[in-house]
Amino acid sequence: MEGLTLSDAEQKYYSDLFSYCDIESTKKVASNGRVVELFRAAQLPNEVVLQIMELCGATRLGYFGRSQFYIALKLVAVAQSGLPLRVESINTVKDLPLPRFGASKNEQESRHTTSYSSDTENQGSYSGVIPPPPGRVQVKKGSVSHDAVQPRTSTDQQESTSPVVSPQQSPPTSPHTWRKHNRHPSGGNNERSLAGPGPFWSPFSEAQTGSSAGDAVWSGHSPPPPQENWVSFADTPPTSTLLAMHPASVQDQTTVRTVASATTANEIRRQSSSYDDPWKITDEQRQYYVNQFKTIQPDLNGFIPGSAAKEFFTKSKLPILELSHIWELSDFDKDGALTLDEFCAAFHLVVARKNGYDLPEKLPESLMPKLIDLEDSADVGDQSGEVGYSGSPAEAPPSKSPSMPSLNQTWPELNQSSEQWETFSERSSSSQTLTQFDSNIAPADPDTAIVHPVPIRMTPSKIHMQEMELKRTGSDHTNPTSPLLVKPSDLSEENKINSSVKFVSGNTVDGYSSSDSFTSDPEQIGNAVTRQRSHSGTSPDNTAPPPPPPRPHPSHSRSSSLDMNRTFPVTTGQQQAGVVAHPPAVPPRPQPSQVPGPHVHRPVDAEGLITHTSTSPQQIPEQPNFADFSQFEVFAASNVNEEPDDEAEKHPEVLQVEKSSDPSGSLRVAKTDGRIEEKTAASAPANVGKSTTPLAPPPKPIRRRLKSEDELRPEVDEHSQKTGVLAAVLSSQPSIPRSVGKDKKAIQASIRRNKETNTVLARLNSELQQQLKDVLEERISLEVQLEQLRPFSHL
Amino acid sequence: MRKKNKNKNNKNLNASWLKPYSLLQNYPLYIRSIPAEQELKFHYTVHTSLDVVDEKVSAMGKALVDQRELYLGLLYPTEDYKVYGYVTNSKVKFVMVVDSSNTALRDNEIRSMFRKLHNSYTDVMCNPFYNPGDRIHSRAFDNMVTSMMVQVC
Repeated sequence: MEGLTLSDAEQKYYSDLFSYCDIESTKKVASNGRVVELFRAAQLPNEVVLQIMELCGATRLGYFGRSQFYIALKLVAVAQSGLPLRVESINTVKDLPLPRFGASKNEQESRHTTSYSSDTENQGSYSGVIPPPPGRVQVKKGSVSHDAVQPRTSTDQQESTSPVVSPQQSPPTSPHTWRKHNRHPSGGNNERSLAGPGPFWSPFSEAQTGSSAGDAVWSGHSPPPPQENWVSFADTPPTSTLLAMHPASVQDQTTVRTVASATTANEIRRQSSSYDDPWKITDEQRQYYVNQFKTIQPDLNGFIPGSAAKEFFTKSKLPILELSHIWELSDFDKDGALTLDEFCAAFHLVVARKNGYDLPEKLPESLMPKLIDLEDSADVGDQSGEVGYSGSPAEAPPSKSPSMPSLNQTWPELNQSSEQWETFSERSSSSQTLTQFDSNIAPADPDTAIVHPVPIRMTPSKIHMQEMELKRTGSDHTNPTSPLLVKPSDLSEENKINSSVKFVSGNTVDGYSSSDSFTSDPEQIGNAVTRQRSHSGTSPDNTAPPPPPPRPHPSHSRSSSLDMNRTFPVTTGQQQAGVVAHPPAVPPRPQPSQVPGPHVHRPVDAEGLITHTSTSPQQIPEQPNFADFSQFEVFAASNVNEEPDDEAEKHPEVLQVEKSSDPSGSLRVAKTDGRIEEKTAASAPANVGKSTTPLAPPPKPIRRRLKSEDELRPEVDEHSQKTGVLAAVLSSQPSIPRSVGKDKKAIQASIRRNKETNTVLARLNSELQQQLKDVLEERISLEVQLEQLRPFSHL
Repeated sequence: MRKKNKNKNNKNLNASWLKPYSLLQNYPLYIRSIPAEQELKFHYTVHTSLDVVDEKVSAMGKALVDQRELYLGLLYPTEDYKVYGYVTNSKVKFVMVVDSSNTALRDNEIRSMFRKLHNSYTDVMCNPFYNPGDRIHSRAFDNMVTSMMVQVC
């Protein structure tokens, strides 16, 4: 290269430009990128540019070294001044103005995040420089005095403007620009380079030199250039071309700046979010998000439902797939609703995406939802306000993380490895983990919180029941009403299974609440049961089965025995004696029909009844109860009055029944037959015949529905009878509080009735099937005969 | 465990063949297999297995709908692979085709995998931007499936 002599101004200017183009500080500049922009900005025709590049030797080298760059710039100046491009012209042409670059502002804005810190300085320096341009042109070297004047004015302007600017500083946008500025040791002297150019100084060059000057001035201030300036940069260039006097320009700047800052919330947000941790939410952003949250959900502790959030985020016009991914990232607890934290994270991700940042695969730590004390966030937000961004907005979130230590510990782990995620899903499948989690995340809003049924075990309560019984075994051995005690025990034995079954088939709420109320019940039931057990010494079977299950509490019995509540007190006194007789007759019933031990039968029977009760609507046995309670009063009264003695006689037999199946079976069957025969004579003999066969009644739940109404009627009477019995029993148990005991007994009674009905029907069924078989056999034989006969006839 | 060099090493997770009750359609919401080049064959396998799934579901009867197990177990074994099925209460079917030579894969492992699939599927459903019946593009779901398949293979 030829030796290049540059004036001081040129020297500085060129070095600035070179540094600007030399992004990577490698002392050589590739021919693409900023150099090209620069040359394009020189507004020279392309051939000229190519020529310049060729001349300076860059095309030979493939890149711009510093000297080549300087030569190029010089040539640009030559070209701009209209002189022919010659290598010799580099040095020969004197009085050459500095090359002018009038690049488009938009392009530069989008490219560099630099802060063209002060347009004011540019303005100021520019305007300050304007007056002596003619003089400037003539100055090639030296004229220090002249130059000195300008920097002084410009520095004055800078200093005057910088205080205006500095309060509005925001976190640095790009560290590398900061570095670039640092490379310019020269401060105010750079303005000299600005002196030369005419009104075509692009903001770019102004900004560059101005910023470097600004840096020198601002070295004492917090880091770099306020974003507002960068932002307002878009607005100021139009004004910058007006060669306003610097005071006016300063005012313009300030006004423009305020306007710009107000309108560029998104850009600011983007800038701040790109600093250090790109996912940090600044206070201003957070405040904005919180406000948006409030527009959807006024309660800051509440949830935004998924549909509302969907509408809201769809307004951002991101593709649904990305919104879906954002949702997946931000809905931390996977509940289909967004808490404030989740909402802020989602909003932040949306903003980031809109500004061109790719979505992360996993939720960044700074966006992870933590339980936030809203007062804290509000305070922080207020302090920072709209003025700038304090250095560490992240102070707020970390301070809140201790509030959820366990959650924070688990979540980052879980998010960071898929294996851990798997284990989490394993854990989450257990309801207990879910229970804890929900209580942590959404404690304050029970309405929108996920409500899950709390699992309550039945068996522990049974064990508790047993304990209660054991405690009370010693209590009251001498109760004259032994039959009374026997019956409830049997009832309870059977019913323990049935009632638990009823819980399953009935309302789940009832089942749970019943177990809740169970603790209140065992005392009452325990009394009755233990007394019964103590007296049923003859029946070891009674002690073997587990204690009766918790009696369904009033809410369950509500559906069944409102009338029972009504009728029981009425029928109390009248049927005590006789009614007492009935229940003992009933319980042994299931046993005779079994060949193996009672345990085997009971499950079978219970199963039958399970299916029975589950499938046949409980209203069937209960509605007749409703209907028949009034009948029952009369009927039972009459019945009881008629045969009190008979029933009493049957008692002792019944007591012993538990061991011997047949006698009780016959007793019961006789009793049931007595009932049935009153209504359906036809089936009675069959019943009697069948009763002797010990058949385990197969579970036939559906057939119950198919039975004719006729068969229901006798059962109804039986039911009514037994309810009467039950009422009497209940009334005779003073220890049991009537309000609770009656209901339990009522249900026990109804269960018993159902079971009886079931077994009766099952027996009927078996009989009918037998008949059917016989009939079929007959038919077959007849057909055979017919076949034998027919061929002859055909022939 | 499985060696990756075996070509037959495949774990076709064809998750959630949706069958809306009204239309009697079965179309896949998500299908994934490794190695990926045999995917078409697995499409066919899974489609034929849907009949078996339907048969098992209907065999249980209406009365026992509440007690029906979601895990259907081994649907049918062929010489090359075994097919496992799982159906949710909303009639979404998960079908898994596993190589027969993978003897180390036990039943409870299959169950746990189906459970994970079900959990992930519910997470996908929770997303308000997901319309039921769409193909599943969720990255979280993909990651989970990948991790599961890697675990097996």
